[in-house]
Amino acid sequence: MAQAHAAAKGGHGHHDHGHHDLESMKTFGFWLFLITDCILFGTLFATYIVLRGNTNGGPTPEELFQMPMILAETFILLTSSFTSGLAVLAMHQGKVKQLIGWLIVTALLGASFIGLEIYEFVHMVHEGATISTSAFLSGFFALVGTHGLHVSLGLVWMIGLMIQLRRRGITPVTKRKVEVLSLYWHFLDVVWIFVLTVVYLMGVM
Amino acid sequence: MLDKIQEFASEFFVTGDPLILGAQVSIAIAMVAIVFVLTYFRKWVWLWREWLTTVDHKRIGIMYIICSILMLFRGGVDALLMRLQLAVPNAEFLHPEHYNQIFTTHGVIMILFMAMPLMFGLFNVIMPLQIGARDVAYPFLNALSFWLFFFGAMLFNVSFIIGGSPDAGWLAYPPLSGLEHSPGVGQNFYIWGIQISGIGSLATGINFIVTILKMRAPGMTLMKMPMFTWSVFSSCIIIIFAFPILTVTLALLFLDRFLGAHFFTLDGGGNPMMYINLIWMWGHPEVYIVILPAFGIFSEIVATFSKKTLFGYKSMVFAMLIISVLSFFTWVHHFFTMGSGADVNVFFAITTMAIAIPTGAKVFNWLFTMYRGRIKFTTPMLWTIAFIPCFVIGGMTGVLLSVAPADFQFHNSYFLIAHFHQVLIGGVAFGYFAGLYYWWPKMFGFKLNEHLGKWAFWLWNIGFYVCFMPQYFLGLDGMTRRVSTYDFDMGWGSLNMVSTVGGFLMGIGFIFQVWQIAYSIKHHEKDVTGDPWDGRTLEWSIPSPAPVYNFAVTPHVEHVDDWWETKQKRAAAGAAKEPRPVYEPIHMPKNSAIPFVKSALWFFVGFGFVWDWMWMAIPALIGVGICMLARSFTYDDDYYIQVDEIERTEAALRGVKA
Ligand code: HEM
Ligand SMILES: [Cu+2]
Repeated sequence: MAQAHAAAKGGHGHHDHGHHDLESMKTFGFWLFLITDCILFGTLFATYIVLRGNTNGGPTPEELFQMPMILAETFILLTSSFTSGLAVLAMHQGKVKQLIGWLIVTALLGASFIGLEIYEFVHMVHEGATISTSAFLSGFFALVGTHGLHVSLGLVWMIGLMIQLRRRGITPVTKRKVEVLSLYWHFLDVVWIFVLTVVYLMGVM
Repeated sequence: MLDKIQEFASEFFVTGDPLILGAQVSIAIAMVAIVFVLTYFRKWVWLWREWLTTVDHKRIGIMYIICSILMLFRGGVDALLMRLQLAVPNAEFLHPEHYNQIFTTHGVIMILFMAMPLMFGLFNVIMPLQIGARDVAYPFLNALSFWLFFFGAMLFNVSFIIGGSPDAGWLAYPPLSGLEHSPGVGQNFYIWGIQISGIGSLATGINFIVTILKMRAPGMTLMKMPMFTWSVFSSCIIIIFAFPILTVTLALLFLDRFLGAHFFTLDGGGNPMMYINLIWMWGHPEVYIVILPAFGIFSEIVATFSKKTLFGYKSMVFAMLIISVLSFFTWVHHFFTMGSGADVNVFFAITTMAIAIPTGAKVFNWLFTMYRGRIKFTTPMLWTIAFIPCFVIGGMTGVLLSVAPADFQFHNSYFLIAHFHQVLIGGVAFGYFAGLYYWWPKMFGFKLNEHLGKWAFWLWNIGFYVCFMPQYFLGLDGMTRRVSTYDFDMGWGSLNMVSTVGGFLMGIGFIFQVWQIAYSIKHHEKDVTGDPWDGRTLEWSIPSPAPVYNFAVTPHVEHVDDWWETKQKRAAAGAAKEPRPVYEPIHMPKNSAIPFVKSALWFFVGFGFVWDWMWMAIPALIGVGICMLARSFTYDDDYYIQVDEIERTEAALRGVKA
């Protein structure tokens, strides 16, 4: 996953086409990367669904999940998707300060999401619900944890990008990077909606 | 203190087997020799500048090919060791545990570290030239893919001298590969070696799809693309859908082993059958990933050496795309016997048989292309012709295996071994050899010696049938795969002896190939035309080896075999001089050390996790993160080649004075 965004700046020949072409090509590659990420999550969802009934005498979803907190997490993540959209809008208007400002808000929201998730995991582990307790919990931690890892990576990337924006302002390159990042962020949002439905809502119902 | 070190060393290094001790000593000697030679001839800087940090797709391709030939050697030695053990009944050459390790590493190495890199090597060297591109879409990512493959393969390979090899079969089925039954580190090497190189493969898939869709020369519509490029495209489509499944599967197996999770365990609610489903959802498409490019290569070669356009171009493209979709709907045929139920088995039996239809169409297209052609029997063409009967037999035994009730007989027997070697060697290996011979002059500017090549060809071919035909019968006689020895009264002795002889014939064939390469490097005649086979596609329109920028002037494409048409037109127009080309500065990517460094760090991440050494894994992982940020902050990563330099290069390459 990491490879794609740290990745290449092309060297495509036609210098008459210039940078625009190059940058749009990178966005296209990122879409393909998102397809592969979809399959990655799809596989994790499939394993979770297969294993979710196998609680091995350990805690069940109903006993574990604290819905109010999950709904708060959801609300925070959805809001951050919205603010990342506002950041892109600001970028299109050429307002660097505003762009960075919205990115900061997005990052703070993302960080609080991660904070809550860590709190949830720690809490579960304290209650004795660990990855090795049952197949259900293995599936749970792998799926939700992978999503959390994605969000955390996105945060590091966002901070790096803010520094670049401070230094260079809005250029074709930084512009593409912001667009790709917001694409990624929205994607994680969509994945979370599935997590919410398949793991949490279906778990407590 | 001293005995502590001794204790550690005896756990760390594999000891007690004279074969492995010999390998350890020779590896140590080879390393010292390499370091010595590089230092003595002062080649370190050259190696670093020209190869380790390069982002040139042609050089990356060559490095892939070199590694894969080395891996073919290692996998081949494994194969011959196994064949020696099986040649006579009750042999005591390899211990059963050692035998298990050898068939496991043989399978992994041949498919993932021999076939895949050979394929990526040819993709890299040729495909961008075929579509008239200056480069691949993401040159930096391309270098990263290569180095990830390289360090992943190294990580896997050190297991046999350090820590011990995996021994749970090349697909590592749990519970055998779980912690309880494989407590050593071998299985960890398996997981991390494949995982690291697999991420590289996934990135290549993305990279080459974008390259094909976005970087074709003007005028080259999709339906004017050369067939090899089409095969690269279909193979990459399969890669981007299949490899994420592998990534997840290996990660989950690792969690089982490392954190005591219960995905595939027998206790705690785990489900080993789920692993078998997941691994084959990757594994079956994987075999099509490697075979489709071979089909592409055969299509190019058949057309070139029959001096005809490929018969049924559109149906070829269509067949390839259908195969890439169908390949995802057949995985259950690998475990018909494991209780999926009759209706499920029927579905997968039918999808499997369905693949024979597009494949059959392709075989007929190749035959029709040869029909009434002026066939030239060069080495690439010989391998192509030999492939056809071989693949037809392999395909037919495959269809037999796909009959679910019959598979209850064949499954896990030598019949299966014979089948998949027939398609893997007769299809994949023959195909890539053909491609290697065909494009060798494009890579290095000279042809390989045809005489030695024909020796290699016949040894391989005869050896192949001698080795694998008896195995069909052994399978029918009830010999199961992965047995390390058998008794006299089974009556398998003579056929096994024949099979071993065949294996060694192929080994000699390999030696001939190495000799052929060494001989040709010394005694070759330089090819100055850039087009020694009278080829049809764009890669033959530029000098060999191609300059860094590939095409001095971007070609405009009008036909399917555009270069062939251009040559016809030129011949018709007589000796009229081509107008002098107008050059423009060319935009190129700069070399970068990050792919190498980052992948080396991944090696240490993997090694740390293998031994549960967090003091190594965590800092290395942080290093990987720093590399990513460093890349993100690199803005100055391109340059221009100026017109005068292009003029000089072109003049030198075409043998005229500027
Ligand atoms: C040089 C000629 C070769 C010989 C003599 C040879 C021989 C063998 C033998 C004896 C086995 C073990 C059968 C058993 O399970 O007992 C085997 C397994 C295997 N071979 Fe080869 N092989 C050759 C080339 C290749 C090539 C080129 C490929 C792939 C492109 C390949 C792929 C495999 C795979 C996937 C297995 C299954 C490993 C397993 O059982 O887990 N082999 N081969
Ligand atoms: Cu299959």
